[in-house]
Amino acid sequence: MVGEDPGVAVAEPKAAALSLSPDQQIALYRQMVRIRRFEEKAAQAFMRAEIKGFCHLYIGEEAVAVGALSALEQRDAVITAYRDHGVALARGTSARACMAELLGKRTGCSKGMGGSMHLFDRAHHFYGGHAIVGSHTAVAAGLAFAQQYENTGGITLCLLGDGAMNQGVVSETLNLVSLWRLPIVFLIENNEYAMGTSVARSSAGLPLVNRGSAFDMAGRTANGMDVEDVRASVAEAVSLARTEHLPTLLEVKTYRYRGHSMSDPDTYRTKQEIAEQKKNDPIFLYRKRLEERRILTEDLAKQIDDEARAEAQDALTFAEQSPEPDLELAFSLLFSPEDRIDPVPRPRYSDI
Amino acid sequence: MAKITYRQALNQALAEEMERDPAVFLMGEEVGEYQGAFKVSQGLLQRFGPKRVVDTPISEAAFSGVGVGAALYGLRPVVEFMNWSFSFVAFDQLVNNVGSLRFMSGGQFDLPIVFRGPSGGGTQIGATHSHCPESWFAGVPVLTVVSPAFPEDAKGLLKSAIRSNNPVFFFEGERLYGLEGEVPDAEFLTPIGQARICREGGDLTIVSGGYSTHTALSAAGALAADGKEADVIDLRTIKPYDFDRIAKSVQKTNRLLIVEENKPFAGWGAQIAYDIQHRLFDWLDAPILRVTGLDIPQPYNAKLEGQVLPNVERILAAARQLLA
Ligand SMILES: Cc1ncc(C[n+]2csc(CCOP(=O)(O)OP(=O)(O)O)c2C)c(N)n1
Ligand SMILES: [Mg+2]
Repeated sequence: MVGEDPGVAVAEPKAAALSLSPDQQIALYRQMVRIRRFEEKAAQAFMRAEIKGFCHLYIGEEAVAVGALSALEQRDAVITAYRDHGVALARGTSARACMAELLGKRTGCSKGMGGSMHLFDRAHHFYGGHAIVGSHTAVAAGLAFAQQYENTGGITLCLLGDGAMNQGVVSETLNLVSLWRLPIVFLIENNEYAMGTSVARSSAGLPLVNRGSAFDMAGRTANGMDVEDVRASVAEAVSLARTEHLPTLLEVKTYRYRGHSMSDPDTYRTKQEIAEQKKNDPIFLYRKRLEERRILTEDLAKQIDDEARAEAQDALTFAEQSPEPDLELAFSLLFSPEDRIDPVPRPRYSDI
Repeated sequence: MAKITYRQALNQALAEEMERDPAVFLMGEEVGEYQGAFKVSQGLLQRFGPKRVVDTPISEAAFSGVGVGAALYGLRPVVEFMNWSFSFVAFDQLVNNVGSLRFMSGGQFDLPIVFRGPSGGGTQIGATHSHCPESWFAGVPVLTVVSPAFPEDAKGLLKSAIRSNNPVFFFEGERLYGLEGEVPDAEFLTPIGQARICREGGDLTIVSGGYSTHTALSAAGALAADGKEADVIDLRTIKPYDFDRIAKSVQKTNRLLIVEENKPFAGWGAQIAYDIQHRLFDWLDAPILRVTGLDIPQPYNAKLEGQVLPNVERILAAARQLLA
């Protein structure tokens, strides 16, 4: 697991309410299963060329989004990179709206304009799906800036990959959020690889969480295969952000089972390595734990799984039957209507 | 002549130039152990070793700057962007440093550097990944902008770009990598700044570049069914472009249609249209038309993306309007 002793100045956390009711535990389990089944369905749809372009699956990493987002309030903001299906689902975006976006349909959460990498859902304070590596971390700081400015009491959770830590903008942003004491949590989803490059081949100064110490940020690590551990760590960081205006850099160790995207031949690691990692499967482990706690029965587990499969299938059917967006819709999305200045003429320069 | 893919042609150019000159090295994300995100650098790590095939972190701003420094010092870097859309995080290096250092130093330094990778849309990877920044970079006075459409030119132009003592921005295409074509077996260079005539006809001149050349050729084929024949000119080099070759054709056909994938406003076609009307006004029988990407970010949806990109339908409509 990452950095036993990252040597980071860790601010003293407020005691977070960590005792989870049976219902909450079942809810965590259910969310992970929903995401897994959704992603498997997306993979099938990709193989049938119903989904095109890039499609990055979250399989293996479910506990990260589920644990982290379960520690948030509705008023908080969430933003992530392009591996975003699980995050959107955990945030509350419907499976139908997600799948329809993956199929490029008008009913998709981004109206078919964004695709798999660009899911957005304003109603759930989900600020996207961003495909330029690292770019969204500065945007995340802007969300936190506005939350502070407006004194909403909300905080921002920004998920990013291990590879993204090497973008210059991320270092600039970490400095700035610490300097300005913005209410934000950066969660590194360390799945050991950025495409085919392992963390060790891309990054000096490991563990990555150490980088926060250069800016006096609170640093924390969590086991991304344990949904409760993720939840507890994020809850502490959220509480620091909300009550102390102290940003945290949190490194969560996880693993993706599938290739980087559906188009990745995945030749840079061994089958054995993947098999070894699957022994820590977050869903399997949590199921066992809940069974030991006598919270989950085999029947209930089966029911949850059946419902998740049905939901994923329903989402795909909905997406398949949904209408395509057209150019008129696309052009209507370009500009916000003006109401404080005179309307601005907007010729389409491509019209002959 | 051997039939190889555009990807293999680039690979051969890299290998030959690295063989020829130990100062040439390749740097970028996944170029080494992964063998290239699009396999352009396949086998190069094994052949030239990690000193000359350098895997980088996802740090475009930094490794572009490293390329600049290495070039100032005398090396000849080839810097790969996995996608030109990712070069924007390095815009300062590309525009301020590559664009001005030689000039501002009073000509003391050379910048023999190539930045290369795929640009453009058509693979449904959305607005952030589908840019055609050729015209943006062409706006920087000292930059040479190259965009080959065929395997032969991909090889010959990349070799010229690497041997050039000036910075060359080299635009490939995800949709072009798999394209096959004849490439000479013997060593050759394709000159920078010369267009290629892909098809000859007397009724109309169509100028294009990169992937759009292929769309333009399909349209010219369809036009022939109407009994109209087009000269199709593939620019190969966008800046400096081959004015003389276009002029010669326009003096024959008196009609010019420009097809470019980038967005319309201040695209390279606008520069060509300006130059042609300015210098050959009397030769034109109709206004110059441009078919460009529609003035909208790239949508993910397949049907929409097909409409946004220059397509045969829109080219035919413009050609018929010109010929009417
Ligand atoms: C600026 C930029 N450079 C390169 C890419 C191509 N790219 C997309 S994802 C990726 C790997 C990112 O890995 P990581 O941050 O670890 O996230 P993960 O995919 O593992 O979730 C790369 C290199 C990009 N999208 N943006
Ligand atoms: Mg990663």
